Amino acid sequence: MATSAQRKPIRWHIGVLLAPAILIYTVIMLLPVFDSLRLSLYGKGPDGEAVFVGLANYTTLLTDSYWQGPFWNALWNNTLFFIIHMLVQNPIGILLAALLSLGKLPGREFYRTALFLPTMLSFVIVGFVWKLILSPAWGVSKTLLGSVGLGSWFGPWLGQPDTALVTLALISVWQFIGLPMMLIYAAMIAIPDELLEAASCDGVTGITQFFKIKLPLIWPSIGVVSILTFVGNFNAFDLIYVSQGALAGPNFSTDILGTLLYRTFFGNQLQSGDPFMGATIAGAMFLIILGGVCVYLYGVQRRLAYYQM
Amino acid sequence: MKRALTMSAAVVAVCASWAPMAQAASSLVIESWRADDLAIWQDKIIPAFEKTHPDIKVTFAPTAPKEYNAALNAKLESGTAGDIVTCRPFDASLEQFTKGRLAPLNDLPGMNNFSAAAKLAWSTDDGKTAFCVPMASVLHGFLYNKEAFDKLGLKEPKTEDELFAALDKIKKDGTYVPMAMGTADQWEAATTGYQNIGPNYWKGEEGRNAVIQGTQKLSEGGWLETLRTLAKWAPYLGDGYKAQSYADSQNIFTLGRAAIYPGGSWEISGFNAQATFKMGAFPPPVRKVGDTCYISDHPDIAMGVNTKSKNQDAAKKFLTWVTTPDFAKIYANALPGFFSLQTAPVAVDDPLAQTFVGWRNGCKSTIRSTYQILSRGAKPNLEDATWGASANVINGSETPEKAAERLQAALANWYKPQQK
Repeated sequence: MATSAQRKPIRWHIGVLLAPAILIYTVIMLLPVFDSLRLSLYGKGPDGEAVFVGLANYTTLLTDSYWQGPFWNALWNNTLFFIIHMLVQNPIGILLAALLSLGKLPGREFYRTALFLPTMLSFVIVGFVWKLILSPAWGVSKTLLGSVGLGSWFGPWLGQPDTALVTLALISVWQFIGLPMMLIYAAMIAIPDELLEAASCDGVTGITQFFKIKLPLIWPSIGVVSILTFVGNFNAFDLIYVSQGALAGPNFSTDILGTLLYRTFFGNQLQSGDPFMGATIAGAMFLIILGGVCVYLYGVQRRLAYYQM
Repeated sequence: MKRALTMSAAVVAVCASWAPMAQAASSLVIESWRADDLAIWQDKIIPAFEKTHPDIKVTFAPTAPKEYNAALNAKLESGTAGDIVTCRPFDASLEQFTKGRLAPLNDLPGMNNFSAAAKLAWSTDDGKTAFCVPMASVLHGFLYNKEAFDKLGLKEPKTEDELFAALDKIKKDGTYVPMAMGTADQWEAATTGYQNIGPNYWKGEEGRNAVIQGTQKLSEGGWLETLRTLAKWAPYLGDGYKAQSYADSQNIFTLGRAAIYPGGSWEISGFNAQATFKMGAFPPPVRKVGDTCYISDHPDIAMGVNTKSKNQDAAKKFLTWVTTPDFAKIYANALPGFFSLQTAPVAVDDPLAQTFVGWRNGCKSTIRSTYQILSRGAKPNLEDATWGASANVINGSETPEKAAERLQAALANWYKPQQK
């Protein structure tokens, strides 16, 4: 036993094969993240030089009356953004995947591609196109609603504080519906036919079959989709910036952590950028996402039942 | 994000500076937010300069306006910015100068072509050192559709009551949207609303200086009245103005759908190209007959030298040319509505631009209230807060009193003279 372990040659190829990925990942991902975290521990000294201040920036962010308001507002909006995705995007994604995996759906390839298409579009295009569609001056949505007699339902949704965030979240759902659909669809078609046939023989069919047989088997995929949604939503920035600008109007009702970070780090119009507080917000985002992922990994993923198929 | 920005900035700068280097002794890159003016620079201004200075090649490399300040800051910090920097007025450029990124220009020949007042926006607080060559100022006011006014039998309103009477009449008729303005971009509500009509309320420089000295508060008097009047605009804006962007407003007006457009002289060249109807302009109406009128006559654009530029001499040569009447004449006529700041008068041919500049004779000039000194606070920045407050009072999501209180609190939070 001991001799065979000693004789084992060093397996260089593992290191060699891993090196490119580790190197690139370290240089363009890990180092900037740690440098950003380091920056958040510094502040501006009397002569404009960087001075180590420990966690003072984080204290400022959470307790200073002019920082905590925007921060909690952005965090709450971000949470709402995530909740809407979880309530709308993922159930619809599962539904679409279930429909696509039905054996006898004509034009299945077409639907699959069409539903996935928006996911591949740039945020800039999505933001711009939806802004035009919803525009009260030129948009088609007013005419479309009018033609089915619902003209009075129309409102300047992107301009009202109580509807803007929900509207943007739904636009984002529209764009990304393809991801949960694809992941869950892949999990569903991996379910062996024998299993479903056996279920049918036992009289479990239709909706019951979905809830009793398919759903338990795709829970792990739904878990992965949820955590991807969480990370994506708390990193979101582009869509809000493109459609509402860096001030995330109206009245900061669509301000999420990403736009708050951008405004703080780079500045806006006459407000000059503050790299230290910007890095602090980035650090807070990092910790929030890290915390969320940990809760998922230790609290949820371990409890999911996995089935050998 | 920052990495991507500086990278792309570096790529742009490298591409921009390498190309002409092959043919010319020295080459200059100009940073600017005036992407709209690219053609004018390439076809008119740069050829005129290169004709007299064949040894210098100039490239105009603009960035989108709303990204300019942030992008320029990142470029100057990393040393990848162009040789010549277009200067925003007041504190944004002053900050670059105090950080040593813009060169002092007191010795530049031709700087005496500008009055001290013209140089104020790009000088240190004591007025002793100038760091950018003033190019142009813009005037705020209202543009209107002459055909619409003729059809409805309206005259240019002189007082506020007349303005609201005209708006009522246009609304009642229903052919036109009374006023083309939206609150989605917030900037528009603050700049073409608050800063446009405000000077008549706070009496221009008198009120602005009083706030700087701490003897007036943003939450009372004319400052509050401005927001109260702004709140009354809401019923006259188009359907769904809350989601209407600045570009939407411009298009609604130039397509002839709206009668009145609150804005300023910077719109003239764009509107001349777009609108098929005749346009007129009137200054912000005074509150009562016989009141002195005040206009926002805002120094808007200037140029300075990047201290890290390798072509300091060529850059200074270019800026010396910018101080000459030759440049002023080309610039003022290529871009009617951007008025020269040189002491020697420059003839402008555009009739609309002439109307605007004519107001300087009857009205007292002032600058946008938030641009000098008062926006040095970071959180919240007064300019940003003013955008939000103006949009909110029009949207009805904040009362004028509350919005004014918030602006005052934003200022008093850091500004010593207001803490008494």
